Amino acid sequence: MSDVLLVMEEIDKSFPGVRALDQARFELRAGEVHALIGENGAGKSTLMKVLAGVYSKDGGRIIYQGKEVDIPNPRVAQDLGISMIHQELNLMPHLTLAQNVFVGREPRQGVRFMLDEKQLNAQTQALFDSMRLRLDPRTRVANLTVATQQMVEIAKALSFNSKILIMDEPTAALTEAEIEELFRIIRELRAKGVGIVYISHRLEELKQISDRITVMRDGRYVGTEDAAAIPIERIISMMVGRTIYESAPEVPEHPSEEIVLEARNLNRGNVIRDVSFKLKKGEILGFAGLMGAGRTEVARAVFGADPLDSGEIYVHGKKANIKHPRDAVRYGIGYLSEDRKRYGLAVGLDVEANIVLAAFEKFLGKLGVVNSNKTRETGKYYVETLAIKTPSIQQRVKNLSGGNQQKVVIGKWLTADTDVLIFDEPTRGIDVGAKSEIYHLLNQLTQEGKSIIMISSELPEILRMSHRIMVMCEGRITGELTAAEATQERIMTYATQRRVLMAENGASGDPGVQEV
Amino acid sequence: MTTTENTTTTTPAKRSIFRSEAAQKLLAFGALIVIFVFFSLASPFFLTKDNVIGILLATAVNGVLALGVTFVIITAGIDLSVGTVMTLAAMTTAVSIAVWHLPIPLGILVGLLTGMLAGAINGVVIARMKIPPFVATLGMMMIARGLALVIPAAIFGSVRPVYFSDSPLFGQIMMGSVIGALIPNLPVPNAVLILFGAALVAAFLLAKTVFGRYTVAIGSNEEATRLSGINVANWKTMVYAVGGLFSGLAGVMIASRLNSAQPGLGAGYELDAIAAVVIGGTSLSGGEGTILGTLIGAFIISTLTNGLRILGVPQEWQFVITGVIVILAVYLDILRRRAR
Repeated sequence: MSDVLLVMEEIDKSFPGVRALDQARFELRAGEVHALIGENGAGKSTLMKVLAGVYSKDGGRIIYQGKEVDIPNPRVAQDLGISMIHQELNLMPHLTLAQNVFVGREPRQGVRFMLDEKQLNAQTQALFDSMRLRLDPRTRVANLTVATQQMVEIAKALSFNSKILIMDEPTAALTEAEIEELFRIIRELRAKGVGIVYISHRLEELKQISDRITVMRDGRYVGTEDAAAIPIERIISMMVGRTIYESAPEVPEHPSEEIVLEARNLNRGNVIRDVSFKLKKGEILGFAGLMGAGRTEVARAVFGADPLDSGEIYVHGKKANIKHPRDAVRYGIGYLSEDRKRYGLAVGLDVEANIVLAAFEKFLGKLGVVNSNKTRETGKYYVETLAIKTPSIQQRVKNLSGGNQQKVVIGKWLTADTDVLIFDEPTRGIDVGAKSEIYHLLNQLTQEGKSIIMISSELPEILRMSHRIMVMCEGRITGELTAAEATQERIMTYATQRRVLMAENGASGDPGVQEV
Repeated sequence: MTTTENTTTTTPAKRSIFRSEAAQKLLAFGALIVIFVFFSLASPFFLTKDNVIGILLATAVNGVLALGVTFVIITAGIDLSVGTVMTLAAMTTAVSIAVWHLPIPLGILVGLLTGMLAGAINGVVIARMKIPPFVATLGMMMIARGLALVIPAAIFGSVRPVYFSDSPLFGQIMMGSVIGALIPNLPVPNAVLILFGAALVAAFLLAKTVFGRYTVAIGSNEEATRLSGINVANWKTMVYAVGGLFSGLAGVMIASRLNSAQPGLGAGYELDAIAAVVIGGTSLSGGEGTILGTLIGAFIISTLTNGLRILGVPQEWQFVITGVIVILAVYLDILRRRAR
């Protein structure tokens, strides 16, 4: 059982201005699931990218199956049987599943440059069958859910007969049911003797799936423990280097009854169907549901990013005409996208510039010239009040960790005098330490009278933070729960409402006619 | 267990790709039919054998250029140099045959290699030196344009066209008619055969070969392609070289068609070629495109030009109308995607 498959020792890696890895080490046995954890910026992904040939190491040794190896590029890693599933999915959306799985190693016909598509599909089908996946190899990747794409990535990794499979946050975008499916496959692989490196921030999950846990901090190795034996509090203190106590669900005092935002009968195609809700002042309104339930779509529609077919939005009791995000901002609504790098931040600009970006007019002097003293002050103010960890306000945002990037976005909306903040997956890709800081910040904001809509796929997060919870399924609101009533089970029941209804009615035809 | 099955079943997805791909092909083809019907009704001179053959002939050079550009655009790149590279290839072919008196096949080979070399240089500049395609090929566009002027200046002491006066056979490459020799009342010039032949080769390359597969893969997600262990820089270079090869072929074709190499020609051809590719449904953001679409796009442009001329619309207005069509085509494509 405990044959050591891989040893990484004294690995160093620097990027301009950052020492990403400092004498890092890691050990992996055949047939184990080894969790690699640490706060963002701890160097987990970097260490694994060194192993997968994406980055070259500055120093140290990799001993694989008893021999020291050099892994200059992904190709060599694959040939050695080391595959990595990256955090950003790495599939070609325009190609089919089969074409993706075997890209770079396509079966050829007699003439070497000609592809053998039949063989390609057959091999992929066999691979899917062996994983018990019911997928058609000829489907285009663009048409799949994120979860299914993840499975395809795993299939691709397995097709190399990998001895080491590295998964970087594989469950970040998955629902509970999808995670179960993923775990089933991971357990099957473990039984076959594959060594699996599992990077994740979800600690509950790690206890479930992993055999050992290695913790990293600031590019260094902290320790390795048996997953079964170690309490979660101990893991967290290893990660952050101090003991912090996971606080009990913290729902602060009840908000006022003043309604700041109301949506009435919103409709958009079949992604938003007759959605109504009210947001009270000082409240956190959670939006729960499975992937694709329409939560992000509702948020985008309220924010004016997507057009509505029908429906009305009221801000402070008055009908609001929101056709464009600009209008929403004018009404004091801010939207913090789950994809911060794409929609929330100008990552190439510095912290100061990002914070003042949405309210630039406020900083213009008489002649339309930017008052840089004022922008600097504002930047400094939010770096301090939000405790943004950055060497200076001149630091480019792309060099900050996920949690600090999220804080910059929050600072940006606060500068713009926003009083309704819509958070879409506020802690996705953010580590435990920073997570509780973000939670704390959200509570603080509501105490200052801001109102928050929080979309989250993590039920513990929804339960911990929300005063009320709206649950969506297939574009509809299927349930509303108060903090007192809400349990994981209740939310899941509502989130899968359609299936329940269909079972009750015995209907199998058009799901569009089902009503709640 | 029901939930598990739900996450991994792909039937609904399949339905939607069928819809989108079918819609895309229908759209461009439908537009071509509409244009044809419109002009047929508007003028009795449009739908005649001679005129239709004229349209086919007029599509040949732009069509071949567009075929090459299709590969480049599928990788999410752009090639602005195809027009002037075509002229340069015409010039090297003309010099080889008319000045150095090389045999015609060898002269053709020189033209093809000229195009391919220019394309390969584009590829190296883009893939190795990491210069954005727009800038790299803009540079090549100027370089090729300059060289096409420098060559006759160096040989004759002045910039002037090079004529194939001693090689009457060369003109037959385009204007001769193999089909006409077999079926006397169907005098379709060889130019049309060359276009369809080149399109078949291009379609084969794109759909059936490793080269085509990686062209799409790079355009779809370049980083993922690199992480899959594929040498992206090499394949990209190859894509631009193939694009250049098609420009070289277009150069030979236009030299044969005009029975000469015209040093000042070529600027503006790249825009017609790009327009044809875009009308044909190839996405400028990469990852998707078809040869059939490009062919239809090229036919739409030449049919419009031809029909408007028959209706007596002045040439300056023809430009305006083609421009509107390009924008409309892309807008329709955007609408189609949004509807999905």
